[in-house]
Amino acid sequence: MTTPLVEMRDISIAFGGIKAVDHASIDLYPGEVVGLLGHNGAGKSTLIKILSGAYRRDQGEIYVDGKQVEIYNPRDAKALGIETIYQTLALADNVDAAANLYLGRELMTAYGTLDDVAMEAECRKVMGRLNPNFRRFKEPVKALSGGQRQSVAIARAIHFNARILIMDEPTAALGPAETAQVGELIKQLKAEGIGIFLISHDLHDVTDLADRVTVMKNGEIVGSAKVNEVTQDEILGMIIAGKCPPNATPGPGAVNL
Amino acid sequence: MTDTATGGTGAASRNRDSALTRFLRATEIDSRILGMIGALVAIWVGFDIYSGMLRPSDGLFGGTFLTARNIWTLLVQTSSIAVMATGMVLVIVMRHIDLSVGSILAFVAVVIGSLQVFWLPQLGLPIGHPLIWVIALVCALALGGSIGAIHGALIAYAGIPAFIVTLGGLIFWRGASWAVIRGETVAPMDKTFKLIGGGISGTTPGSIGATASWGIAFLICAGIVAGLLYGRKQRRKFEFPLRPVWAETFLAVTGCVLVLGATYVINRYYWPTGVVNRWAEQNNVTVPEEGLDISFGYALPVLIALGVGIVMTFLATKTRFGRYIYATGGNPEAAELAGINTKRLTVWVFALMGTLAGISACISAARLDAASNALGLFDELYTIAAAVIGGTSLAGGLGTIYGAILGALVMQSLQSGMTLLNFESAYKDMVVGGVLVFAVWLDQMYRRRLK
Repeated sequence: MTTPLVEMRDISIAFGGIKAVDHASIDLYPGEVVGLLGHNGAGKSTLIKILSGAYRRDQGEIYVDGKQVEIYNPRDAKALGIETIYQTLALADNVDAAANLYLGRELMTAYGTLDDVAMEAECRKVMGRLNPNFRRFKEPVKALSGGQRQSVAIARAIHFNARILIMDEPTAALGPAETAQVGELIKQLKAEGIGIFLISHDLHDVTDLADRVTVMKNGEIVGSAKVNEVTQDEILGMIIAGKCPPNATPGPGAVNL
Repeated sequence: MTDTATGGTGAASRNRDSALTRFLRATEIDSRILGMIGALVAIWVGFDIYSGMLRPSDGLFGGTFLTARNIWTLLVQTSSIAVMATGMVLVIVMRHIDLSVGSILAFVAVVIGSLQVFWLPQLGLPIGHPLIWVIALVCALALGGSIGAIHGALIAYAGIPAFIVTLGGLIFWRGASWAVIRGETVAPMDKTFKLIGGGISGTTPGSIGATASWGIAFLICAGIVAGLLYGRKQRRKFEFPLRPVWAETFLAVTGCVLVLGATYVINRYYWPTGVVNRWAEQNNVTVPEEGLDISFGYALPVLIALGVGIVMTFLATKTRFGRYIYATGGNPEAAELAGINTKRLTVWVFALMGTLAGISACISAARLDAASNALGLFDELYTIAAAVIGGTSLAGGLGTIYGAILGALVMQSLQSGMTLLNFESAYKDMVVGGVLVFAVWLDQMYRRRLK
């Protein structure tokens, strides 16, 4: 058995007495897509934001490549190759696509000034691959359509040699064609050996793309299962009732019936 | 490779656009800036014609406004607010506000005033020592910067809203400046320090004379041309669409004509006869019958404001610091998630604002040749107004340095113009307040139409 790319062990975080994540453990292997499912408020986004450095956990350990790591802020996570596409996209609306692509990692000239021209040139290349119809490089991203904004956010996550990609509701704002495009992209990234956490409401999305699913409820892990070993009804049962089917590994949140 | 600025628009839509739209697109001039320049020209011409009707003089349209002397004075009067407005833009872009700059200005002014008049002479530096103005200036920058940094730290790390921290600062530092000098007025300032204000000290002018002014003008022209050429080279290197050659030429010629024209006008303002005679006596020069024309040239405070404007524009557009300020203003959460330390950035922005208030303190105290705790009263409001008239959005994320400087110039033009026309100060305030609201309304209308 190979070492997991990421392992989060016994993670807890509370906001003012409410346990948003309660002793959750989750892992991810290279080239694997793990779907993270659950109702609104089940703690999926919170758990994942601990990994991406947006929140600091109260308890638990994080391992990358089997080595324990400390993630205090988004910079630490990025240094470990963990990139995130947030549900809100987290774009600076008032600057253009290139500035967003390189936000926090700007290309500089020899004189220590921003190399806007080089950044725009690179941005044109990346966007050309991701979304060939994208032309509005000079405009602030506020002026772009939902799909275009999404492709900027995706470009930013994959452009810097990410090894671990977190996608929080990546298709929520997209039409059917664009959703299919994101699906293709996930398959391609997976083939490159990148591990992906896919957070979604859409059960079909997850069963189509993920290798495993992990279900959360009330901040706890209900259980994990290989997608091809459980039925969609069984997954729904995990999400709604916290009922762990026989083929799944139960977590602390599983209801004993 | 296409020959137009934006590759995205098709030929069909291009034909539908008006000549002005096509012109703006080819030259890539911000149409709002064009509007502001238009407003400025209208104000200047209007005042000149109106003042000419009341009292004919040698202005461009027969009035007193567009005379070399008035333009020179106008620029000097604008410089203090213009310097601070460049910093206020960045503060507002970051979704903060700084209400304390006028009080910081007063506090810094009374401290450096006391420094050069009381404290340094006691320490053995005689009055008039050439080091005095250097020490005063350095202290002003350090003191202003530290006060700003304290404000910034309270905002960023203690989580107190900028409005509250700087409102407290507005009251606190005004009180502190009274406490330093017990309400007295420190005057006069040191002879060399006084030059920072642009006035004449004895027979030494606080301005650089005709030759140096032309030198600076040609340097700026060379800079404009070099910048355009470099931009074109970069675009070609990365195969971006180029501006049409006529648009580049137009920008270069317009820029140079404006710079040289302004210099010509400034150089037409001459020393008063009394000073010329005194100077001639000291230097054993005989003044000819028809008088001797010695140009003031650009005044030091104007050059300081110009320098600050260039440095701040560079900071805002060419450095990480500036990029992060705009990104944070556009979406603070996104900036944080991109790994930007927004708290430290906040401290730096307020420290920068304080430093600029320190510079303005030197300009104001030197110009007035005195430091009192009433200096810079209401300057925070004029500074914010200049930034807002210049197109800075209070919602954050939007605003330019040159816009704020133009905004300061528009406001000062209104005030000077009304002074020339002998408006009572009550009515002047009413007009300036009205213009502020009107300008923001106009800007909003414009932005809505863009959508």
